[in-house]
Amino acid sequence: MAARRAAEAAEVAGRVRDPEMPMLTLADLGVLRGVEVTHDAEGAEVVVASITPTYTGCPAMKTMRDDLVHRLREAGFERVEVRVVLDPPWSSDWISERGRAALRAAGLSPPGPAPRRSGPVLLTLGPKRAAPPCPRCGSADTRLTSEFGATACKALYRCAACLEPFEHVKEI
Amino acid sequence: MNEEHGSIFDGLLESGDSGQWAFGTDFEDPLAGIDTTTPDGVDPAGLAAYCLMLGDDALIMSQRLSEWCSRAPDLEEDIALANMALDLLGQARLLLARAAAADPSVVPVLPDGSPVPPEDRLAFFRDDREFRNVRLAEVPNGDFAHVVVRLLLFSAARLAVFERLRASRDQVLAAVAGKGVKELAYHRDWAGRWFLTLARGTEESHRRLLAALDALWPLRAELVASHPLERSMAGAGVGVDPASVAGEVDAVVDQVLAVSGVERPERAPLAGVGGRTGRDGMHTEALSRLLAEMQVVARAHPMGRW
Repeated sequence: MAARRAAEAAEVAGRVRDPEMPMLTLADLGVLRGVEVTHDAEGAEVVVASITPTYTGCPAMKTMRDDLVHRLREAGFERVEVRVVLDPPWSSDWISERGRAALRAAGLSPPGPAPRRSGPVLLTLGPKRAAPPCPRCGSADTRLTSEFGATACKALYRCAACLEPFEHVKEI
Repeated sequence: MNEEHGSIFDGLLESGDSGQWAFGTDFEDPLAGIDTTTPDGVDPAGLAAYCLMLGDDALIMSQRLSEWCSRAPDLEEDIALANMALDLLGQARLLLARAAAADPSVVPVLPDGSPVPPEDRLAFFRDDREFRNVRLAEVPNGDFAHVVVRLLLFSAARLAVFERLRASRDQVLAAVAGKGVKELAYHRDWAGRWFLTLARGTEESHRRLLAALDALWPLRAELVASHPLERSMAGAGVGVDPASVAGEVDAVVDQVLAVSGVERPERAPLAGVGGRTGRDGMHTEALSRLLAEMQVVARAHPMGRW
């Protein structure tokens, strides 16, 4: 019974979508870190969901929390707690394969592997990485227009072949 | 027309207690579920003051960057500056909340029943003398070269401090630093690239860059100066003495200067007042003006919900 409730809660939480990139679920984005069902001192069932911000100032955290609470309550979980986990920090490597496919299908470029650092962070005055291929036409001839996009987790590129601008989820 | 617009909100107005959830009218504890116990052997008041130093640097810098909104040379840079402001605001929020959790007596007292959370009280209800940010963060904005130079100096120092702070015995500081390093690396690279671009650009951009560098250089020393509190928190294993990373910060700044063909300015550090500087609450008048604008609405409504 307890295991089934936990699986149900995880299933409901796993369907909640990211408010900024609604083609992704919070689970696919790697923001949903865990869903547990526990009981308080009186034996009442409590769902505890853990989320982590993509960036420290991510203004969507509150909406994510509210959406989780809302959906879980709708599914019959009366008491829901959402905890913020800061450590380990979110990495774009946590975006699932399904999430990457969903980004591509929506015309967004998924991130490559996050940089592995050892020692001090090096200053980079040139382009950080090879430009990603265009998610629309597949051309490799793309250019960075800004490392900061409409949300903290995205950079802006332009494709020189099809001339369309596109957003790229940054590697962090 | 109104009917149509009304319908957008209908979906949000669901019945029951959670009907207002989507509007974001409620506050939340940014450290919910995080262990905020002060590590063994650490003075809670000292830890709180140290968190205010790091948090105020981010808050005031964020406010100055926000003032750039809609004023940058092009849309991409406008968005970049807003993004960096948001990153720093996020860091400030956690750090001020951490200060409040370590020592609740630092939080300004508001009328009973006020819904303003501790980190907002610290941001909006303290006076200038209680802010512990470096003066580099508070001086008024200038032209685009000015914000490039300010961000380069600021993020080079903050990144070096945060790299060390990841090993803090305080879990919150270590976590904030762990995330902050990734963000600050972007800020420093953005500033470094624009520094190079302006230095190697036109005669006018070069001239403006040198003017900004000259104006801000005297404020640089404070970033890597060592305050007694920073030394004691470093000794306790929770903080970082900025002086211990001064060499590293110098090397990064020198690297940018060298690539850009710009000489290191010869300007003496801006003196404090009787040896007291931003970390001691001794600021330039610019901070009072900044705070007046930043705090006026919150102070007019100490019982306000946002």
